[in-house]
Amino acid sequence: MKKSLLVLTTLALSISLAACGKNNNANNANAGASSGASSSAPASAAVSGAFSAAGSTALQPLVDQASKKFMDLNKDVTITVNGGGSGAGLSQVSEGTVQIGNSDVFAEEKLKDADADKAKELVDHQVAVVSIAAVSNKDVGVDNLTKAQLVDIFTGKVTNWKDVGGKDQKIVLVNRPASSGTRATFENFALGAKSEDLPDSITEDASGTVRKLVSETPGAIGYLALSYLDDTIQALKYEGVEPTAENVASGTYPVWAYEHMYTKGQPEGAVKAFLDYMLSDEIQNTDVKDLGYIPVSDMKVTRDVEGKVSNK
Amino acid sequence: MNLTQTRPAADAVAKDGRGKFPKHKLEELRGRGYVMFCVLLLIVIIFSIVYFIASRGLTPFVSQGVSVGEMLGGLKWSPEADTPRFGALPFLFGSFATSLLAAIIAAPLGICAAIFMTEMMPKVGKNILQPAIELLAGVPSVVYGFVGLSVVVPFLRDVFPGQGVGILAGGIVLSVMILPTITTVATDALRSLPAGLKEGSYALGATRWQTISRLVIPTTLPSLMTGVVLGIARAFGEALAVQMVIGNAPHIPHSLTQSAATLTSIITLSMGNTTSGSLHNNALWSLALILLIMTFLFVFVVRLLERRVKHA
Repeated sequence: MKKSLLVLTTLALSISLAACGKNNNANNANAGASSGASSSAPASAAVSGAFSAAGSTALQPLVDQASKKFMDLNKDVTITVNGGGSGAGLSQVSEGTVQIGNSDVFAEEKLKDADADKAKELVDHQVAVVSIAAVSNKDVGVDNLTKAQLVDIFTGKVTNWKDVGGKDQKIVLVNRPASSGTRATFENFALGAKSEDLPDSITEDASGTVRKLVSETPGAIGYLALSYLDDTIQALKYEGVEPTAENVASGTYPVWAYEHMYTKGQPEGAVKAFLDYMLSDEIQNTDVKDLGYIPVSDMKVTRDVEGKVSNK
Repeated sequence: MNLTQTRPAADAVAKDGRGKFPKHKLEELRGRGYVMFCVLLLIVIIFSIVYFIASRGLTPFVSQGVSVGEMLGGLKWSPEADTPRFGALPFLFGSFATSLLAAIIAAPLGICAAIFMTEMMPKVGKNILQPAIELLAGVPSVVYGFVGLSVVVPFLRDVFPGQGVGILAGGIVLSVMILPTITTVATDALRSLPAGLKEGSYALGATRWQTISRLVIPTTLPSLMTGVVLGIARAFGEALAVQMVIGNAPHIPHSLTQSAATLTSIITLSMGNTTSGSLHNNALWSLALILLIMTFLFVFVVRLLERRVKHA
């Protein structure tokens, strides 16, 4: 009796594993041929009321919280929310493995060249705005940096805080990986140029780790989303403008980006209902603000893929 | 397939006597089929993993214009730049440096602990020291990373010039992580030494230290080295803990306390932010392929050492 149970469990396990293997091979064949076609099953789950969202870890807390509320309201809907990073989210939604791909950047910025066709199939839903502030260790003696000064610091031209009006203290860069959405936003809108990974700089992906390193390392400078700011670190003014939700909404503080939820084609059924719920006042005015994002409806300016800002 | 293979054996059993279709025959069949199935599945899994990593990891070289020489010998890693560069030498250097440093720190500790447990105080060793060291193997790597970031990095920052992150911090954290591997293998090797050898040495009037240094260690050296190589292999593949303390600057550092990067730390930092099929993503798979090949080499070395044990 026991033995047969064991056999059964192993069988079940191995079949599911074998299925995984098959799936991998299928993906793999796609990648090899670099064709846009996807062999995975499409979003048939949406009809039955179950779907999943994956991608950006910066957006994950918001989607997670909203999905729980949505499931409380709609008992027949099951939503699974995963992280994995913006790139993974976009890949998965375009392959059809998830129904919603969360991203910190426009799909066109990640899926380019050979993959540009994939980006065209995706429909953008901008659910919130995230703003990023340059932050420094508390003892650097500077609380405001101009764009030119930031560029000098992040390209390694200035290596001491005294050169930008602070203490005689070596500058330690705490950067994000080159593929990070946060870094892309910071480079595009605060620096206006791509920065290099310099020797002696520190690179970390997790915002919590960045905050810890900046708060403890003398002379450290980094950048964080507004929701991660606290009193262990110092948020730097940018060209004299304080990084606050009000300044972002009015368009005076330029370092911000949309949080996107992409679907493959126009959403239907439960997915559409959930995306509408994300944009409803119920989420936008409570959860979005509570978690440190800025509601899209508050924004007095808009920005397109090329980064052009215009008044609403 | 399994059935046809098992039939002759089962028939043989049946001919031996007792006849009919006895229970043990069925058991034989079932047991054999089960084992064969598991082994077959295992082989399929191993080969599909290798195939998957290789097919992805070779794409940059085959169809995306990256040369093997640049990957293995290049010094510049800037995957998101306008003209991307994929020099992984700094990561290879970082991986080797941290794992070797970890082995240099952990090997004497682990081997001395094994000697203590087997030759000097077996009772205390078996009841207290061994469980304590085995406990180290059960600590999750994120905990090691966090302890490293909160304790080791600030300590190094205060004592040495630099920010505390780097190969030294990585090596220290890894040395604790590989200690159980080295100790366990060394203890097993020392325990399996024939008692007659040691008794002979004592009978000739050798002291305990003379016996240990002239007889026990030289005889078991290949086994001890096996433990060390296994430890290095484990350190080579460790990602999370190292990523938290090494700094992740894609450059070969000039000192042990300067920010560096390893193959694994770069993969975990960037994998989620890149879309599958993109050049950056495939280049990360190439790093994974390099890791896999290194692991094969380590296994090969362990095999060589084992052969020496048998000949000795």
